[in-house]
This record gives sequence, structure tokens and C-alpha cells, in this order.
Amino acid sequence: MQQNIFHTDNSDYFRPAHRDITPGMWQGIDRVIQECLDVPGAVTQVLRRCQDLVGYLPVELLDYIAHSLNIPASEVFGVASFYSLFSMKPRGRNIIRVCTGTACHVRGADLIMRRLKQTYHLEDGSTTPDRRFTLESVRCMGACGLAPAMNINQTAHGHITPDQALKLLQEYY
Amino acid sequence: MPAMNLQDLQSIREANRHRVEFTRNTCLMLCGGTGCRSTGSLEIKEALQKEITTRGIQDSVDVVETGCNGFCARGPILVVQPHDIFYHNLTLQDIPELVQEQLVNNTPLQRLQYKDPVSKQILPRQQDIPFFAHQLPWVLRNRGIIDPESIDQYIARDGYFAAARALLEMTPGDILQQMHKSGLRGRGGAGFPVHLKWKYASEEKSPVKYVVCNADEGDPGAFMDRSILEANPHSVLEGMLIAARTVNAGHGFIYCRTEYPLALERVQTAIDRAREYGLLGSDILGSGFQFDLEIYQGAGAFVCGEETALMRSIEGGRGMPRPRPPFPAQKGLWDRPTVLNNVETLANVPLIILEGGDWYAGVGTEHSKGTKVFALSGDVRNIGLVEVPMGTSLCSIIYDIGGGIPGKRKFKAVQLGGPSGGCVPAEYLDLPVDYEAISRAGAIMGSGGMIVMDQRTCMVDMARFFMDFVQEESCGKCTPCREGTMRILEILDRIRAGDGVIQDLWELEDLSATIRDSSLCGLGQTAPNPVLSTLKYFPKEYEDHIRNKKCPAKKCTALVKFRVNADKCTSCGLCHKNCPSGAVHWKKKQPAEIDPQKCIKCMLCLDNCMFDAID
Repeated sequence: MQQNIFHTDNSDYFRPAHRDITPGMWQGIDRVIQECLDVPGAVTQVLRRCQDLVGYLPVELLDYIAHSLNIPASEVFGVASFYSLFSMKPRGRNIIRVCTGTACHVRGADLIMRRLKQTYHLEDGSTTPDRRFTLESVRCMGACGLAPAMNINQTAHGHITPDQALKLLQEYY
Repeated sequence: MPAMNLQDLQSIREANRHRVEFTRNTCLMLCGGTGCRSTGSLEIKEALQKEITTRGIQDSVDVVETGCNGFCARGPILVVQPHDIFYHNLTLQDIPELVQEQLVNNTPLQRLQYKDPVSKQILPRQQDIPFFAHQLPWVLRNRGIIDPESIDQYIARDGYFAAARALLEMTPGDILQQMHKSGLRGRGGAGFPVHLKWKYASEEKSPVKYVVCNADEGDPGAFMDRSILEANPHSVLEGMLIAARTVNAGHGFIYCRTEYPLALERVQTAIDRAREYGLLGSDILGSGFQFDLEIYQGAGAFVCGEETALMRSIEGGRGMPRPRPPFPAQKGLWDRPTVLNNVETLANVPLIILEGGDWYAGVGTEHSKGTKVFALSGDVRNIGLVEVPMGTSLCSIIYDIGGGIPGKRKFKAVQLGGPSGGCVPAEYLDLPVDYEAISRAGAIMGSGGMIVMDQRTCMVDMARFFMDFVQEESCGKCTPCREGTMRILEILDRIRAGDGVIQDLWELEDLSATIRDSSLCGLGQTAPNPVLSTLKYFPKEYEDHIRNKKCPAKKCTALVKFRVNADKCTSCGLCHKNCPSGAVHWKKKQPAEIDPQKCIKCMLCLDNCMFDAID
């Protein structure tokens, strides 16, 4: 069974149809799985790299990974649901991460979080319907010197106020 | 490069010495830590290089990107060596003037120098600034001196010579003896003696053993490990190599948080360089000993900082703790004997081997030796990374190094040890930094997060903050932690909403005791500490919330009335200007008024009012 998946080139017979996963992504996914087949404890690594490719981890993909690595789907789902890095819901084009660590909390991170939630009608961990933003709270980015801090995609912004946060976000579509 | 021996190492040290002693060129040491990078130090580096090239002085001036300087509140930071001249809060516009004055005219640019907030005097040299003057940098000995990506510069600062001694001159027994003498205890929180951990693992007869570095620094408000990995990654590698030699392990892992991209990148570079130099791999320095290591990236789970959960996570499962014994030293990763130490602990090791255990034990208190790195943050002037000898008082850290509380506000408490620790009030400021003394005060040394809080912090809110954190991060394996923290959170929420009854306080204490006594791992056992310590030191604040339905710090939204106190209001209009929902009515020379219908309780008026006029 498993052999077939990797040697029937260009066949997507075993690949479940999913609107968010393009053929190119499938190839990448197969490559990741191939590389990690014999590595002990590689589930986390496979999930991380697959999420980097697709943007999130649809349930169909989890099934496919479990099948290809020949481990129970419950185990893959268990890992994917345990770690906060993994998301099984579609995510936005821009990820807003508001630090809610102690130092930021003391300096008013909740004000920023509340303003963003109100303005974009978001909840913690949710995405706008147009997938423009995903709002997440993170537990300390270790940038306590910049408290309160916020990350937009990979860029860190420090000493922000709710107004500044909204202003910064206007540039992201 | 062919495998190196001791002579090669020595010649690299001699060849690069001028770069760490600054005997040839003027060196501009620019901080490239996460903090300074986010305030633009990379752009400043480019601008500096461009400006230096334009003026044609590039042959006599080097621009070096260093690891975290420590004084994060003042970033981006530049130190000009060998003169030790400190510049802070740089902007791109300052660069041409700075280069002209400092490098061409050779006169310091006073505008960007550090001014003492009390005496208003300019302190040009880094070592004179109180923030640095009161520290004892041992683990951070290379900060601001080496480029973290250069292994040569690390070797020039005697790097890998401790490993060489451990591999070529010492037996595992000698190493254990030195570690025993040094009295080094785990810096990750619990403070277990390092030599014992190593001894147990070395006594195991197993062909495969592991050394794991715990860099899963999840405590909110702690960034010591990140800074060490970013500034001095080779010291951790060297510490691991010595540990591996002691217990005879052949493979190692560095388990690092995925939230630390720069640390991950720098450690990977360090591993690659060390492999090129033959300092990792087979037959290291001609000793016949072999050791290699790899990075394992975490995936965002606080509980993975617990040793058994961390190892489960490396094995590819859900990071859940398991009961001990067997201890990791007997049965750890993949059931093999495993030595697991924190980043800061390992970074201490080369120093002990190089200088001797007795020398190391010369600093500190009776049971806590050496130094400790703290991440000082919150409501304090000089936020940053500080390293002090054990036994230093909290007061000295917060006031002498930290510069005290900004503004005219009063100190209220300092939080130590993150979610497992507690809040220490003003009466205990004389407390020395010592594992036992801090435990007696109801907090723990923890990994080193130190968050200063002023009078605007509500202690009930703080307890709720940590309980929310623990409740969310509880892995769910054992009932007391999973259910108990949820119940505590509910009670605290009730108190904050103004629906608390006095009975709740008894219940909090009772529940806390149950969770502490019956949870499986350290996360659960210490989870109630923030609640217990605030109950112990700030009982009045809880009573205010319950009996008087009042939050003295005005943090608990439900207990704030959002009414303007006309006696205190100076009609400045700031609340009106900042209100996002137009709920504040204000006319010149009249006290403001808040329309409860329109108010969305966003707290912005409270935050902006300078006269404490909103109740």
C-alpha cells in the first residue's frame, strides 16, 4: 500500500481532494513525508513542514499523513491538537500575534487585544471572513523589553498603543 | 578543515585575540538581539557601514553585530570599543553625525550618550552606567564583545579550552569533583545539584546515552535563555560537550522554542561551525571521544519545559509528563539514560572547568553558588537582562540596576518564577537571591523572570492572569491540575466580576492545597503559587473586591464605575480626546462626563487620565 503512494508518479489516487491544497503542495507534502519516513519521532516535524506549505492542517491532510507514515490517525491528530503551533482551521494571510506575557500584561496588552477584537470582530484564534487577518495571543515572545509587543507576520513591534496597532495593520491586506 | 588538536585551537586563539581585545581597529559593537533588532538595529548597521565606506575609514573601523547587550529598554545600542563608549536609542538620522563626531573628529556625541536620571550627568563609558556597574557577568561574559556567529572570536575568549581540558586532561571523576565543589544548581527553576544529576547518569551502564539542553523557555516574562543562545551559543554547546564527556553520551538535543527564530538560527550556525572545526563529531580534538547534537524545535506547549514532557515531545508524541521515578538519568529519552539541563546551567559549565570549582563557589550564599541571570521587566526604568551574584538583594536589583519605578508611582510587588512562582511585596525587598530564601517567601527562584509591578497592578487580576495561563497550558493528564485550575479560574473570575463571596477565599486556599499535593508534575504542583502568594500578602485587596466591590488598582473592568470624579478632574480633555466611542462629553473649563450608554469600557480614559479622576 505505502509503496504505491510514492511510486505512482503524478497520480493523486490516494490524495483526498481539498480546495486549499494545490497539486504543487501535494508534491511538497510527499517530499516531506518521504524524507521523514525513517526518522524516529518525526510527526511534529512533518506537521510543521506541511503547515508551512499549506498554511494550516486540514483534517484530510492529517489522515493522509497518518496513512503515509503508517501510524494511527489518532496519534497524528493527538499531536496536531496538542501543540498551539498547529492550526486545523484556515488562517489569514496576515497573522497578528499580540503578546500577552506577564510584562506585556502589566503594561496593557489586554487593551490592545480588546481593541483589535472590537475593530475586526475577531476572537482569540479566529480569522476574518476575507482571511485578511488571524488574531492570536501568544504567551511571551521574550521581547519583554518592548512591552507591550505585537508581531505582525514576522515583524515585531514594540511599545505599542491600541491606536498604533490599528494604524500598523492598515498596511496589511 | 581536518580535525583540530589543541595546538590548532591555541593558534586560532592567538590569531583572533586582537578582535576581542580591540587592539587594532576601532570596533562599533552594535546590539543585534531580538529587542534591538525590532527597534531597527539591522538598518542602523547598514547605514553605519555605508557611512563609514563613504568617508573611507572602513579599514580602521569594524562594525560588529553582537548578541543581546542586556539594556533592552534603550535599544538600539552601540558601544564603541576599545573606549567603551555607550550610545543608546539610535535612529537612522543620527548615523552621519555620529560617525562624523565619534570616528572622524574623535569627540563623543553627547546627545546620544547615557544621562544619569538622578544626577543628570553624562556617563560616557558603559562600565560606569549603574545598570552595568552592579552586575557580575559570568554567563554573559562575552556579551557585547564577540560576534555570536564567529567561532574564532569565541575561541579567542578562551572558548572550547574548557572542553579541551575535560577531554584531554580530566577523567569523568575529576569533572564530577569540580562540579561538586562548584555547588552549581540547576538554573531552570528547581535548583537540583548538577553534579548529582550527572553522577547518576554516569553510573548507568548503557551503550546509548543522551544529553539534552532545555531551551523551552516558556515562562512569560523570561528571556534569559533566548539571550544566552543568541549572544553566546557556543558556551552552551561547550557545556553540553563537557556533560557528554562526563556521562559518556554520544548524542545530544537542544530543545528550543519555535517562538525564538533568531536563537534557532544562531544555534544552528554555531553547530555547523563547531562541526567544521571538528569540535563536534568523531574524535574531538584527538581525544577519541565522539559527540554530535541537533536542534529539536518545540511546537508551542508550556508543559514541554517539564523534563519528562520534553523528552516525550522529542520522541514525537503529545508532550505530557510521566511519573518519576524512573528519573531521566536512569530512563529518559527513548528509555536511555539522559542528562537534561537548562541553557544557563550549561553555559556555566565551561567557566567552572576552566577556573575550578573552588573559584566558582567563592561567590554566592551558603547553598546557592555563583551568579544568576534575571530578565528584569515590567514597571521598572531599566528593562533588560541582568546577571548578579547569588545573595544580592532584590532591592539592589530593582533600584540600583533597574533604576526603580518610572514616574512617581510606588512599588507594589515583584513577581518571581513565572506561573510557578509568586509575588513578593515591598516588605521583603531585602530578600537575597538564594533558592531557599526565595522559597520561604512563597515564590521560587524559577528560571529568572523578574517582573516589577507598581500600584496600578491589581493582585487579583495578576493571580487570574497566571491561573488562566496554567489552565490553558495544563496538558490535561491529571485531574487536580486540569479541573482544579479551571475551578480556581472560575472563582477568580467571579471575584473580579464583583460576584465573589468571602467563602471563596477559603475555597481558593483549600483547592490550592489539593492541587499542590496531588498533581503529577511540577506545573500542577506549583500552579497555585501565584494565588497563594497574593492571598498571603494582599488579603485586603481580595476583601476589597468581595466586600466593597472595589478594585483599588482599577483594573477589573466590572468593578470600575466609569464616572468622573468632579473634584479631581482638571478639565484637560484627554479622556474626551482618547475615547474611541465618543462616550465622553467635555467642554472647556467643565469636568468631563461619561455617557454609560455609549461607554464600551475599553479603559482608555482611565489609562490616559493623569489625575486619577475616573472611578
